Order: sequence, then structure tokens, then C-alpha cells
Amino acid sequence: MTVMEQRGAYRPTPPPAWQPRTDPAPLLPEEAPYRVLGTDAAAEADPGLLRRLYGELVRGRRYNAQATALTKQGRLAVYPSSTGQEACQVAAALVLEERDWLFPSYRDTLAAVARGLDPVQALGLLRGDWHSGYDPRERRIAPLCTPLATQLPHAVGLAHAARLQGDDVVALALVGDGGTSEGDFHEALNFAAVWQAPVVFLVQNNGFAISVPLAKQTAAPSLAHKAVGYGMPGRLVDGNDAIAVHQVLGEAVAHARAGGGPTLVEAVTYRMDAHTNADDDKRYRGDAEVEAWRAHDPIALLEHALTERGLLDEVGMQAAREDAEAMAADLRERMNQDAALDPMDLFGHVYDRPTTQLLEQEAQLRAELAAQERHHESEGAPR
Amino acid sequence: MTTVAVKPATMAQALGRALRDAMAADPAVHVMGEDVGTLGGVFRVTDGLAKEFGEDRCTDTPLAEAGILGTAVGMAMYGLRPVVEMQFDAFAYPAFEQLISHVSRMRNRTRGAMPLPLTIRVPYGGGIGGVEHHSDSSEAYYMATPGLHVVTPATVADAYGLLRAAIASDDPVVFLEPKRLYWSKDSWNPDEPPAVEPIGRAVVRRSGRSATLITYGPSLPVCLETAEAARAEGWNLEVVDLRSLVPFDDETVTASVRRTGRAVVVHESGGFGGPGGEIAARVTERCFHYLEAPVLRVAGFDIPYPPPMLERHHLPGVDRILDAVARLQWEAEN
Repeated sequence: MTVMEQRGAYRPTPPPAWQPRTDPAPLLPEEAPYRVLGTDAAAEADPGLLRRLYGELVRGRRYNAQATALTKQGRLAVYPSSTGQEACQVAAALVLEERDWLFPSYRDTLAAVARGLDPVQALGLLRGDWHSGYDPRERRIAPLCTPLATQLPHAVGLAHAARLQGDDVVALALVGDGGTSEGDFHEALNFAAVWQAPVVFLVQNNGFAISVPLAKQTAAPSLAHKAVGYGMPGRLVDGNDAIAVHQVLGEAVAHARAGGGPTLVEAVTYRMDAHTNADDDKRYRGDAEVEAWRAHDPIALLEHALTERGLLDEVGMQAAREDAEAMAADLRERMNQDAALDPMDLFGHVYDRPTTQLLEQEAQLRAELAAQERHHESEGAPR
Repeated sequence: MTTVAVKPATMAQALGRALRDAMAADPAVHVMGEDVGTLGGVFRVTDGLAKEFGEDRCTDTPLAEAGILGTAVGMAMYGLRPVVEMQFDAFAYPAFEQLISHVSRMRNRTRGAMPLPLTIRVPYGGGIGGVEHHSDSSEAYYMATPGLHVVTPATVADAYGLLRAAIASDDPVVFLEPKRLYWSKDSWNPDEPPAVEPIGRAVVRRSGRSATLITYGPSLPVCLETAEAARAEGWNLEVVDLRSLVPFDDETVTASVRRTGRAVVVHESGGFGGPGGEIAARVTERCFHYLEAPVLRVAGFDIPYPPPMLERHHLPGVDRILDAVARLQWEAEN
């Protein structure tokens, strides 16, 4: 019977399938970036954590300076500095347990180092002697990811797999503001929320995707607000406030560990250096903007809080600087040694077992190398 | 002694049985994709798996191919063996970045520390009257990506044996399922599934001395039919089923062409930049002095896949293959 035939019997009804789903209100992020340092709450911050973060941030700043210098000396192919973002980098490393997993992008070598990875290994990708530079399983750090946001679904899948196995493992994935425009960011957050995977997404909003400012990247109220659309909580935090980032990330990790599902954290920070050594940031931003952020420096914020409370003096600062110098000297010395390269590694790990085609190509390269060797020997031989 | 009834099974059923047996044998095997759970897949290949193994092991995912493959990468990083279903050839394209930038490279990138034992099932090819985006032959894209295995069955038994091998492989395997053979049937003893076939070995499906037809997947039945028709012309054609495009079995192909001295490569994929060019080059490099004629290709035209009402003009058929065989310079024999 059609509607027309029903005539008087028909009554319009609401769509039958619709039902209220998630209440968005509890998912909404803070109205302004959450801060501890420079507020009354700084007086309550754990002294041990303050001191630890301070030491790590001083080391981190020195690490960035050393890696940048190594690039100028030709020891690194390229270095995307995280100077200015050390609070995010260090906090991300410190909130995780050993059994957890970190999913860094190419700008996050400091987070990997702060998690305990040897800096020489962390810089393997950027040195250019091998892509990963380290065995991801050793410290549970996924390979540094270059294609933006593509590591986020990996973090979701790994966290989901761990939960299916009954393992207490949380994955923390790092991405930048530019990366939030990628399709993989959307798909990863959607999968994470649908599966209630124990994963935390940390967006380091450092203001720029190379040269493109956030305003050209998104019209969202904040990047943290994007969480609401997926049905997960969004958190907005001052990314230069190491205590605040540590606290917000720690809460998100605990929430995931307790079975509460994923969280999206936006940390508002600033990339003090150019995108990489190959970039010229004078083309897209002014000194005044950079100077304004220098006044909100993550190390200065910590130093102020520590000295205010009498937890740090000149001797302590000197000790932190010396510790950082020792790290830098060791890194410099080891990076100044030539990488051990074996051309035959090219064929080593393409497949579990090399195909006959690869065996042929391997033999070809071996023959070429042998011919070069003979040529050098005959050139060098006395007449 | 009891005799078990040998009954016909379709390729789709054989694939489903392979998934089921793999899941039963190894709890690390997880099936995931669009509609693979409750519905059992649009081609019913995963029918019954969610019921038997639970939705955590046969999972209906959100509709997002990059997300499906990307999360499967993470699951494989944690030690699972995901089997991903891409619903149709052309719907696999959103997952290309994950496939090319991560799936194919993770072993190499980590110097063997983190292999990805992943199987990516892709229904492919035409001939089923599908509307646009449902009939692509995408194998050349996969073949061009080092680090992937590319496998395609053409028989019911191989569908089982090769899929089991793909799931057991510690390397990522793109497993291309010829859509139009999903309903092809073969005798099947349910208590004795076919053997698990090693990946990388071609097989001679029909012996002959006149010329070799080199083919795979959906074009195998067409080539076998061609070989029967060719008898009337006095040609006894050999037919090689590649089964695996990567790794490529040079040995079997080369041995066949050296026996016959003539070769035609047959596939649905476009000819320009298609698999046939690589195969013809390999055959020529290895068999030049045995060849009586240039290696020819019978391929789909170099056009976007046509609308279903026109696809029969596009797909390589018996007549077009026979025409190619006729051009193999037989005059020299007389």
C-alpha cells in the first residue's frame, strides 16, 4: 500500500534508525591551552619531575644544536630540528612505560633519544647509511616516519593487536599540524575510536608545515576539536610547558591503559628553527613572531619555576649544561667517524629469501665491485 | 575403508576454506576488511569466518582502505598475520601509499628486524559485467614495487594452495583473485584440501610443441580454450600458468619457450607498461637464439576499462590470441 493509498492512516515519523550516540560535551578540549608553569599550580608540581624534565630539556636543546652542526659539516644529509619543541619531545618519551610503543615522525628523533635510543642510531635515517637506523623492537620505537601521518594507522593497529592479545600496551603516535590534513590522520583516528584502541595521538602544532601556517591548513576551532568528530576526547595543552604536556599526556596514556580508548592531544608549540637546514624561514615569517615565542621558551619556563622554588641554582644549571656537553661531544665524535657501509646490504632484506632475479643482480654488483677493486689495485701498483 | 564423496567446489569456496584452515592452524591469522564479517564478503569468500572465529578475528572495518591496510601494518608489527580484503581492484588504490611506502619496505628499512607477514587479497580483472571501477587489472602497479610478492591463482586447487602459502609467507603478498573465476568449479574432496603450493613456481597447464602461451589468472581458461581451437590449424600449443608474477619463474618459462621457439604473452592488463612487456623482454634475453619469431603480446587495449556492454571487445579472446599465434612467422617452416 502506498502512502497515497493510506491517506488518513499515514503519520509522519522521525527517522527510525536515529538514536543519540556520543555526548560531545565531555569530549571538548580546554578553551585555552592548559598550563602549569607560570600559574599557581607550578608551586604544586613534583620537584623530582621538574628537575628531571629540566635536565632532559637542556640535553635536548644541545642535541638539536649538535645535530644541526653535524649537518653543516656534511655528517647528516638533512636535519629537521625540534628546537623549541623539546617539552613535547621529552614528555612524550617520559610518559611511556618500557612495554609501550612510540611512533615518531622524522622531526621526533629527540623523543626517541629521550626514550633511551642511542642518538647515533636515531640519526641513521638522516645520516643516510640505513633507513631505520635501529631495530624498532629493541626500545619499542617504530621507524621514524617520513610520509606524513602514515604511521598513525600503524600505531592504532599495533595498540589494537596488543589489546586483542590481552597485553597492557599503549601506543603514542606523534604528528605535526600539517599532518592533520592528511587522509591517514582521519582514518587512524576513526579506526582508533571505533576499536577503542589504547592509543594516544600527540599533535605538535608548531605553527608551520614547512612554510604554510595553520590558518591555511584548517578552519577547525582547534586541532584538538577534531577529536570530537571521532568520538574521542580532545585535549589542548601549552606545548612549551613541559609539566603540563607531561600531565595531559600522562592522563591520556592512563585513560587508554584503563580501557578508555584513544585521546587526541594538541600541544601548541613553535618551531624555532627553519623546517630543516635546507629551508629559509625568512621567506615566510618575521623576526617579531619568532622573538615572541622565544619569550615563551620551554627551558626558560622550567628554569623559572625551579629557581622560584629554590630547586635549582647556578651549580645545578652548570651541571645540566656539562651533562649536555658530554652527550654532544660523544655524539660529535661518533658521528665524525665514517659509517660502515657494505654495498651488498642493498640486497639483504628485500624479501625473506632473495628472488632469482635479485640473486642475479647481486652477482652483477659483486662483479662490478671486484672489477673496480682490480682497477684500483692496478692503478696503485708500482710501475 | 570409506570413500569420500568428491564434489565440485568453486574458487570462492576454496579461498574461503584456505582462510578458515589458516585461521584454525594459527591464532595469529586475522581477516579484516569491508563487509567480511556479518555478510561474508561481497563475493562470500569470508562466509562463516566471523561466526566460527569471532568478530575480533574476522573484522568488519570502517570503509577506508588506507586505514585497513595501515592498521594491518601495525597489527603485523605486533606479530599478527593479517589477511586484508580489498573489496575490488579499483578500491585498493587509496591504500597505495601504505602499500608502497610501508608494506613493501618495512623489512628492508629495518634490515630484517621487522618483516610484515601480510596478505592483501584483491579481486581483480573484468568479464563480470561490472560497472566502472569494478574490473581493473592492477597487477602492473604491484609488480613495479620491490618488496611485494604478487600471486594470482587460475584454478580452484591453486586458489587454496597459493592462499595458504601467501598467509604462511613472512613477506607481504598481494593476492590477486580473478573475479570471473570465482564461480569456476573443480572436484574437491573436503577432507583432503589441495596441497599448499610454493610461491614463485609457474606450471605448464598444457604441453605442446608449436608455441608457448604465457598467461595467468583470468586469461588461463581463455588460453586453454585457444589451444584446443588451435589444433584445427595444426598448432599444438603449450600453455604456461605463471601463478606468481613476483617472484617470476624464469626457469619454467625459459624452458618452455626454448622447447617451442615461439611465445605469446596473454593478459587482460593493458599492453603498454603492462606485465607482458617485462615478460617478453625476459624471454627474449634468455631465448633469443631459440626464437623463430618475436615474442608477441595479446593484452587489453591501452584504454580506461570499458563499460560492461563493450568489455567483450577489450578482453583478449580466442580469436585475438589465434591471430597472434598466426603471426609467429610460420612461413619459415615451409
